[in-house]
Amino acid sequence: MDLRHTDREYEAELRKLRESILLMGAKVEELVGTALKAFTTRDGPLARRTMGLDRDVDQLELDIDELCLRILARRQPVASDLRFITTTMKLVTDLERIGDLGVNVCERVTELVEEPPLTAVGTIEKMGEVASQMLHDALDAFVDSDAEKAEEVIERDSIVDATYAQLFPELVNVMMDDPQCVHRATRLQSIGKYIERIADHSTNVAEMVVFMVRGQDVRHAWVLSQGES
Amino acid sequence: MIASTELLPMARPAESKSQGRAEPRLESRPDATRGVALAAAPIKMRAEQLRAYFGATEVLHGIDLPIVDRKVTAIIGPSGCGKSTFIRCLNRMHEVVPGARVAGRVVLEKQDVYDKAVDPVRLRRRVGMVFQKPNPFPTMTIRDNVLAGLKLNGVRPADPKALVESALRQVALWDEVKDGLDRSGTSLSGGQQQRLCIARALALEPEVLLMDEPCSALDPIATARVEELIHELRERYTIVIVTHNMQQAARVANFTAFFYMGEVIEHDETNVIFTRPAEKRTEDYITGRFG
Repeated sequence: MDLRHTDREYEAELRKLRESILLMGAKVEELVGTALKAFTTRDGPLARRTMGLDRDVDQLELDIDELCLRILARRQPVASDLRFITTTMKLVTDLERIGDLGVNVCERVTELVEEPPLTAVGTIEKMGEVASQMLHDALDAFVDSDAEKAEEVIERDSIVDATYAQLFPELVNVMMDDPQCVHRATRLQSIGKYIERIADHSTNVAEMVVFMVRGQDVRHAWVLSQGES
Repeated sequence: MIASTELLPMARPAESKSQGRAEPRLESRPDATRGVALAAAPIKMRAEQLRAYFGATEVLHGIDLPIVDRKVTAIIGPSGCGKSTFIRCLNRMHEVVPGARVAGRVVLEKQDVYDKAVDPVRLRRRVGMVFQKPNPFPTMTIRDNVLAGLKLNGVRPADPKALVESALRQVALWDEVKDGLDRSGTSLSGGQQQRLCIARALALEPEVLLMDEPCSALDPIATARVEELIHELRERYTIVIVTHNMQQAARVANFTAFFYMGEVIEHDETNVIFTRPAEKRTEDYITGRFG
């Protein structure tokens, strides 16, 4: 049963909001995907072009925040509408951060392409693959209001964390073997960190989707349950 | 090596992806906080399998609803859902309508108010009522309006002056009218008249106060004053308020019951109802959706 708001203008505002988030999500995904492609293919010009996408992401964040405020002030949303609006207001912050991290990846790529490649690249590519898929699935979960899919995204964060933990000793070894590599290795280390953060923000998005759909807050569950005992 | 096509997520064009997607749906998962406060609360009144009729037409279909002691319970629902009929059953006002009758029980502290031994007039002293339109007696002064309920009940208060002051103070009207207690009740503004009617109900020292859309005829300022009053009164009285204004229910009520077509669809803490109701019909109603 497709239920609509009795108030069509309100319905249209909510639809506009949803579409704006989808657009922002698509832009952020494109930015991260292209940044990782630029890294994999060592494509400096592509990295530089990709940084320009961040402007659109920032503008969408402002537009979405304004629309949320307007709906809150004028409609006093409740229940699922309220959860949708409050989730959106938080979600855009995470998306905007993911965009910034994508730009950071591009910046390091433009520095790295000036020098010969290192072997640790493979581990970072693996992280990037998982993290960008997490972002994609978190946004899909949002679009489909699919809490189960969101939970799968949350679980995958540990894969990225584990891979990132492998990366560090790997890079230390590279640096010890050849001190000439220190400059490049620290840049790779940074890219690894950016990707790890992208996965963290994607996890936040997924947690918000669970809240939006079920009204159940799943953030910090593990840490808080430890505190109770 | 990662295939670059896999790395590149498909960009979602806003238009195509959003079309045909379902709205956020309710999931019937157990929620640890739903129903918890209600289960633990002391109950003042309880409707049990309550059915109400106008002639042959059944308008309440077996309502089971506990009313929590010294808290505000809001009854919300679309027109014709039976919410006003329901509260009128709580103090036996329903049966005064010709052809109207009730089946089932309404228990007020262990006693069924429909028991033969119960005098409805005495019951209405314990369970007072405030109506939608302020209805002070037009020929009476402010003072006499406050005392009217007692007079109708044949009660002579020991100190009528103190009683009038106390009742008017409880509704925050004393300072506004103390110098003109002999003025007509209808000389007051709509909001003041409604507070006078609440004072009239309180003068009888009821245990439960039923309010049938008490603010629907008032402007926002007068509404805010009545709502503030409800906040104060709930420490001493059990309040049941019927309202069409959902924001009002969200503001004043501790518990909210959603009625639909003569049934209780959902009853829980107001916080739960307005942030994560369990029932889709509640959700659709409070968010303003129709089928």
